[in-house]
Parts: sequence; C-alpha cells; structure tokens
Amino acid sequence: MTMTDEPTDTAVIGTRVLRKEDPVLLTGEAVFANDMKVPGALFMAVLRSPYASAKIVSIDTTAAAAMPGVQAVYTGADLADLWAAPMPCAWAVTEDMLNPPHHPIAIDAVHYVGDGVAVVLADSDTIAHDAIEAIDVEYDPGEPIIDLDDALSDRIVVHPELGTNSSYTWNLLVEETDGAVQKAFDEAAYTVSERYVQQRLIPMAMEPRAVVSIPQPFGGDVTLYSSTQIPHVLKVMIAVTLGVPEHQLRVVAPAVGGGFGAKLDVYAEELLCVALSRKHGVPVRWNETRSENTVATIQGRGQIQHIDLAADSAGKLTAIRVRLTADMGAYLQLITPGIPILGAFLYAGVYDLPKAYDFSCTGVFTNLTPTDAYRGAGRPEATYAIERAIDALAKEVGADPLEFRRRNFIRKEQFPYEAFTGLVYDSGDHDKAATIAAEMIDYAGVRARQAEQNTEGSTKRLGLGVSSYFEMCGLAPSRVLASLNYSAGGWEAATVRILPTSKVQVVTGTSPHGQGHETSWSMIVADKLGIDPADVDVLHSDTAIAPLGMDTYGSRSLPVGGVAVGMACDKVIDKAKQIAAHQLEANLDDIEFVGGTFRVAGSPDREVPLAAIAFAAFTAHDLPDGLEPNLEAQVTYDPPNFSWPFGTHMCLVEVDTETGDVDVLQYVAVDDCGNQVNPMIVEGQVHGGVVQGLAQALYEGADHDSDGNLRTSTLADYLVPAASDVPPITIGHSVTPSPTNPLGVKGVGEAGTIGSAPAVMNAIVDALSGLGVRDVPMPASPNTVWNAIHAAQSTSATGGNQ
Amino acid sequence: MVHDVNSGTARTQHTTSDLGASVEITVTVNGTTQTHEVEPRLLLVQYIREVVGLTGTNIGCDTSSCGACSLHLDGEAVKSCTVLAVQADGQEIRTIEGMAAADGTLHPMQQAFMEHHGLQCGYCTPGMVMAATSLLEENPNPTEEDVRLGLEGNLCRCTGYHNIVKSVLAAASAGA
Repeated sequence: MTMTDEPTDTAVIGTRVLRKEDPVLLTGEAVFANDMKVPGALFMAVLRSPYASAKIVSIDTTAAAAMPGVQAVYTGADLADLWAAPMPCAWAVTEDMLNPPHHPIAIDAVHYVGDGVAVVLADSDTIAHDAIEAIDVEYDPGEPIIDLDDALSDRIVVHPELGTNSSYTWNLLVEETDGAVQKAFDEAAYTVSERYVQQRLIPMAMEPRAVVSIPQPFGGDVTLYSSTQIPHVLKVMIAVTLGVPEHQLRVVAPAVGGGFGAKLDVYAEELLCVALSRKHGVPVRWNETRSENTVATIQGRGQIQHIDLAADSAGKLTAIRVRLTADMGAYLQLITPGIPILGAFLYAGVYDLPKAYDFSCTGVFTNLTPTDAYRGAGRPEATYAIERAIDALAKEVGADPLEFRRRNFIRKEQFPYEAFTGLVYDSGDHDKAATIAAEMIDYAGVRARQAEQNTEGSTKRLGLGVSSYFEMCGLAPSRVLASLNYSAGGWEAATVRILPTSKVQVVTGTSPHGQGHETSWSMIVADKLGIDPADVDVLHSDTAIAPLGMDTYGSRSLPVGGVAVGMACDKVIDKAKQIAAHQLEANLDDIEFVGGTFRVAGSPDREVPLAAIAFAAFTAHDLPDGLEPNLEAQVTYDPPNFSWPFGTHMCLVEVDTETGDVDVLQYVAVDDCGNQVNPMIVEGQVHGGVVQGLAQALYEGADHDSDGNLRTSTLADYLVPAASDVPPITIGHSVTPSPTNPLGVKGVGEAGTIGSAPAVMNAIVDALSGLGVRDVPMPASPNTVWNAIHAAQSTSATGGNQ
Repeated sequence: MVHDVNSGTARTQHTTSDLGASVEITVTVNGTTQTHEVEPRLLLVQYIREVVGLTGTNIGCDTSSCGACSLHLDGEAVKSCTVLAVQADGQEIRTIEGMAAADGTLHPMQQAFMEHHGLQCGYCTPGMVMAATSLLEENPNPTEEDVRLGLEGNLCRCTGYHNIVKSVLAAASAGA
C-alpha cells in the first residue's frame, strides 16, 4: 500500500499489529508523572481565587508559613522577579492583537475562578494542601463578565488596562470581484441565516496534570517531567519565560494519560515548579486534583457562530458569510487566539464554493478559564456550523439532506482542488464516502421507516443525521504557518539508527500519549528495512534523547512525523547501499534492496543482508573511501501541504417527545485517512473521537453561574459519558491515498470528533422537524430537547413563523 | 455561593503525625502480607500508592466518579478512594500489579484488552481491568448491555468504550 518508488515489502503496513505500548500499561508498570518516586522533593500546592474578578487587597501567609512541614509560601508579588517574560502566547493572529500580561501567579488582581494567588512548598502533598487553606487573602471583588455578547459590549472590561474586551478581529474576505458576496446574497434563490453556540467543553483527559522538576544546583541543569503533549515546545518556552539557558533544560513527557489538546500548552505550574526547584535547589513537584483540573487546565470551544449561506435556483452554494465571537477566557494561553482561525478555512466544508466567502472572528476576553485547543481545535466548530446550516438550506430548497450534499460536493475529478482560500485540497472522494455510509445505515430504508413512524401524534420519532467533513490537519507547512503569524514551524524530525546487531532505534519528535506511535512507527520501519517490528525500538518524548521535535497535536504525527521516519529509513538504505556495492564489487546503480537484502540486479546469487552491512558499518574495517562509519540518518520533514482526511458520518436517533430523551440507535462513521498503517489503531482513534463529539452533542458543557463559578467542576457534575451512555460505532472506510507524502497517509486523531457532533444534532433536528423544530442547542439533554419541542409548538400555536 | 476550587479529596499523610493516632493494619497485597502504621483518615488508594508503593492504581478524580483507582478487596472490585486503609485491615487486596503471572503471562483480561485494542493512553486501564474481572466473576456470560452497565462506574476518555466492551466480551468467551 505504500506509494514509494522503491520495491518495498508491504507485509506489515496495513495489518493489525498489536501495540507494543500495551504490556506496561496493562500491568501498572508504566510510570506517569505522579507515579515517580523522587526523594527529597517538595510538594507544591496552589491557592486559587474563588472570585472571577477581584483586586487582591492583601495576603497574609503567616499562619501557613508557621505550619510544621511547610518550607515556603509565596505570593505573586514575591515571585514577580522570577519571570523573564510573561506566560507565552505563540500565536498573535493579528498585528494589533491585545494580550494582557499573564504571570504564573496573579500579582495584584485575579481574572477567573481558579487563577493562582499563592503557592506553598511543603514536605508532603497533604501538608501543602492543608497550608493553602491557612492563607488569608482579602479580595475586593468586582462584577465579572461571563457572557460573550455582554463582553463584546465592553460594559465592563476584564483587563481595564486594555480598554476593551476585544483581543482581535481577524478577517478573511475572498471575492472574485469586489462585492461578490453581497451580490450573491442579493441574487440568491435560497438563503439561510443560522446561529449556533459552541458550548465550552472540559477536555478531561483521565490523567490530571502532574509536574516534577529536578534541578542540579551546582551544575545548573534542570530536568522537567510533565504530563504534556509538547516536551519540545515546552522546553523552548521555559527557556524564554524563565531565562534558563535552553541547553541546560531537559523536558520529559513520561507516560501521559491522554491530552486531547489540553496538554498542548505551557502552564503556570510547569513554570512554577522549574523556577522554585531552582530557587530551593531541590526537586519540586505538583499533582493536579480533578477539581483543580476543571478550572486550571484550559477549556475548549466557547464560540457563538453566525453563518449565512446563499444558493442559486439549482441549490448550488454561491456564497458563505461567517461571523464568530470566540471566548478567549481571561488570558491568552499558548495558541488560544488561533483556535477559531484554524477553522476559518473550513466553513465551506466539503462543498464547491466560488470565490465568495466572508469570514470574520472577534476574540473576546471573559472572566473564565482560558480556552485553547481541544480535540479538533476550530475545525469541529466550523464543520458543525456548515453541516447544520447545509441541512437547514436543504430544507429550504426542499431537498433530501444527502442528495443536497451530493449536489454541492467537490467532485472526485476536481482534485487536486484549489479552494477559494488558495489552499489546495490534495485528494478526496466525498461521494464515495457518503455512498458507503448510506449503504451501511440503509439510508433509503431508514427514510421509509421514518415516514411510517413519524406520523402526527407520534411520541417516538426517528431522525437520521448526516455530516460530511474535510479536516485540515497534519499541522503544517511552515510557510503557511508563517503566513498565519504562528511563531513556530510545522516540520518533524526522525532519526533511524541501525545498531551493530541490526536492531533498530528510531528517534521521533512526536510525543504520543495514547496514539500508539511506537507500534505504527515500528511498522513503517519494518516494511522499509524488511525486518520484524519487534526489532525496532521507538524513542520519544525526552528532549535529551529526541532533541528535535514539534510534538503531537492537530492530527499531525503520522502525516508529518511518521513520514519523516519513512524518509530517514530511505536515507539509511541509501548509505547501506554504498557499503553493499563496495562489498559485492558492483555498481551502486545496480544494487537493489528487497526484503532486507541487498542484491545485484540481474545476479540473484550476489547478495548481502542488511544485518551484515550494519555490522560492517559498525566495525568500519572495510568501508568505501570517504564513507563515515555507522548506519544512521536523520531527516527533518516540512510537509508541502496539509493533510486532508475526509468522510461522512450518519447517526440514527429516536427521540421521545414526551421526555426529550434521545436514544442513539445506530452510528456509522466512514473515514478516509488515506493509506492506513494500522487499521486497528485507526479504528480506535475514530471510536474515541466519535464519542467525544457525541458527548458534546448530548452530554457535556462547562456550566458557569453568573458569578463565574464553574458548576460542573467535578466528574460527578460534568457528564463525561460512561460505556452505558454511548452506542457501539460501526466503522467503514474508503482509501484515497494522499499524493502529498510518500506513505500516502493522512491524519485521523480528530476526524471522529469533527464528524460526529453535527451528525447527532442533525439527527435530533431531523426527528423533530415535523414538530416545527429548526434547532436544538448543545448539549441536547432531555430538558433542552423537551424545551425545544415546546417552544416550537407554542410558536406554531400562536401562528408564529416556522 | 463561592465554589471552593481549593477543595479536593480528603488528603492525608501516610506517616505518623499529630493529626490522629496511627493505627496498625495488616493486609495481604498481591499475596504478600504486610503491616503498617497508618493514620485513620488515610484512603486505601493512598495507602497502596504511597505506603505500599504500587503506583499502577491511578487517581483520576476526587469524587469517586472515574473508577481509575479500582482494585480488588477480598475478591471484589472497589474504588479504593472510597475505602479507608484501616477498613482494609485483615483483608486481601489485589492490584493491577498482581494480575499477570510471575512468568510475565498476562491475565486473560489483560490479554483480551491487548488483542482488542481496549486501551489507548492506558490511564483508566488498570481500574478498567480490575472492574471487568470482578464483573465476570459475578456474571461469567454477560451480554454487551451487561458489560456497558457493569462498567458504568469506570470512565475512559480515549476509546469510546467500543473496544473495551469488545475486550470484556472476548475475555468472557475465553472463560476468563
């Protein structure tokens, strides 16, 4: 299935190799950051603000400092000198973006419930937590800003020194000729104008965050262990923020218990542990509690979306207009402002749109926990808006939602397709994915059942939802990131090293936390080198071992990092060929590498195995003149394009109109991520992704009261679904290899989440459309669904416009 | 009302302190009998992780919601954050570290999770395996519905549960 020119053995890629990660995880042998045994470590606890907006009048730490076992208590003012720079935001989306100074511990004012106010270092976690309760803080509370529209009005300003709550406004206007968008709307046969709310979500990786910083007081080095997705980025950011020389910093992500974007950040506690461990000359560690996690780790989504679609008399899309208000929360974290911008290119979804696109997003501050990346990061929001609005438009036109999608799909023969944005979608076959999904769910049969069941007075209504998506992932071509003012590149590094005994070490810059890179990268190497995946060890997530890397997020690891691994193999083979040619006394051009053996073309008896070449490269006794000993190659790969996975999801629900309860009867996901390295892992990614999107649709929402208190601050209140709350997922695939990279692969980590929320919500609205329901907000709890039904019915009873 | 973001699970020290007279307990952990002096308020999960030193049992919440800390107490799965160490006195505890055979052979449930990709990040996995083995003790031939309901006290954020359910059903078929 690989698309390389080399004759490669494809025995391993495409098969369901069991994960080499599993034995340590299944037996409790894996070491997560909070499992580490660190003699002499001080435990840090953070006192957090109970107010969403307040001035700090005074802090009395005397009683806490006097408690037995307490080694130090610090306020923000005490630590102000430790910060060489404020906490980093790496994505200034506009030149005039406003970014208030953000320090790991608030200095004179707090801006959200959970903002750090003071820290304690103590001999045990217990003592540290007991001690923060003994700190006496006098606050002068002010009225907080919670609501996005209220924030936009600047009635109250979260950061008075900025003079406004608007951090930035980012525009993307693409018109063939001036005024094309307005003209399209003026001339449209059909238009819809929809408003959707992307509720805030709590990422809720099962492992809360944990940090251990171990200093070397005399040598000056510091090693930070953190439950992070981004050890490499974190190292650079710590160097900048704390002024620690970068070459003396080592960052390690040990076993990490899920991330979902929430561990793609630079957090106050990481900076505090490094700074305080250096100050005290002893290890300092911190374990986040779940109740802390819900307020002190970033939240996701948080947008109000207005989307207008225009179509001609044939129902073809002619223009799209999008207005977003995006909730930044109280501060800009690492890539907070860029999250809605990642979606800006996808509001036309999988549809053929002329150059008539008008997008504008305003990022606003509120007195809530900062937002940032959560699985999909901007792209699920965009897909939700277009896929819900396309259903609304289909209804306007009087067309079946699936047929209407087909009418507007970018057709297979149009690929590679230059979109209105200038981005090139390298491959796709939307009709095929939709056709497979329709067959799997028996689309026509379901529609017939629906017509039978959803009769007047029926209280159990069937709904079928469709969602087709394109995902812009594999972040990303560095030049494109530059054009978006993102302050890092999108390359990935890999080293392949063949050891003297022919075992192989792979060093990757990706940082897996559940994705199974050790297994998948081993499979790529196994096919390239003609060896057993068990003979490959994949090293990662430690900047001392893998010094170059851009880490794991944005469905980038395989299409960037995995591709780099394959390329490094090619480079090693090229070197080994020179040694083989020398040993076989043949022309380099005549050497072939097949199934782990070098041969002379046309002389099948003249061959030498890779293992022999590896040993020869090690001894260096007889190498071609000028060739360096050892077999090792490093590649840094900057992808020429994004990766463009796509698919169609379909969801069948039954809604009880008397209780508002939604029962998901069937869920079908057809995802095309190009060539699959390990279908078992691909399916796992889709399963988990689908359930996270389904959870946004049905269960989850970070709910704040008007004072800015999080009402869903524990797993008892925030409804992460259990096994009994979700359906089995039926998976189908089409395979449209990516022409962008030699493995023909695309990302898949976020696909499920991107496709699923609109499929579920379209199904619910479809079930209730006969009752006049046009929209149901997320999460569609029984109460919310019941209210939507009754609101629609009272509107219709009073003769309101449906 | 002000939400107390600083509250967490009841926190205790595992060494003798002036917070409460320590109590001697004797438990058998994965076949090894051990005796420790513990504070009355010490949670079983903290005892296992911090005193016994077995860190395979994970902590995922502070409200007994997630099940990451599930282990077997006298043969039955419990969330070890809901039990005090002193309550375990005289009892048998089995943790994830006690599931595989000494020669490295995985327990059939662990094997089923591996074969059916029932784990990704692996943080919920020890608790999930302990809860699932206890479930099959009670109901050796569960339906898919039985498995989903039986595991509703254990949360997973990675797998969407699909392959966890498949793993447990496979383990049941194999007579685990």
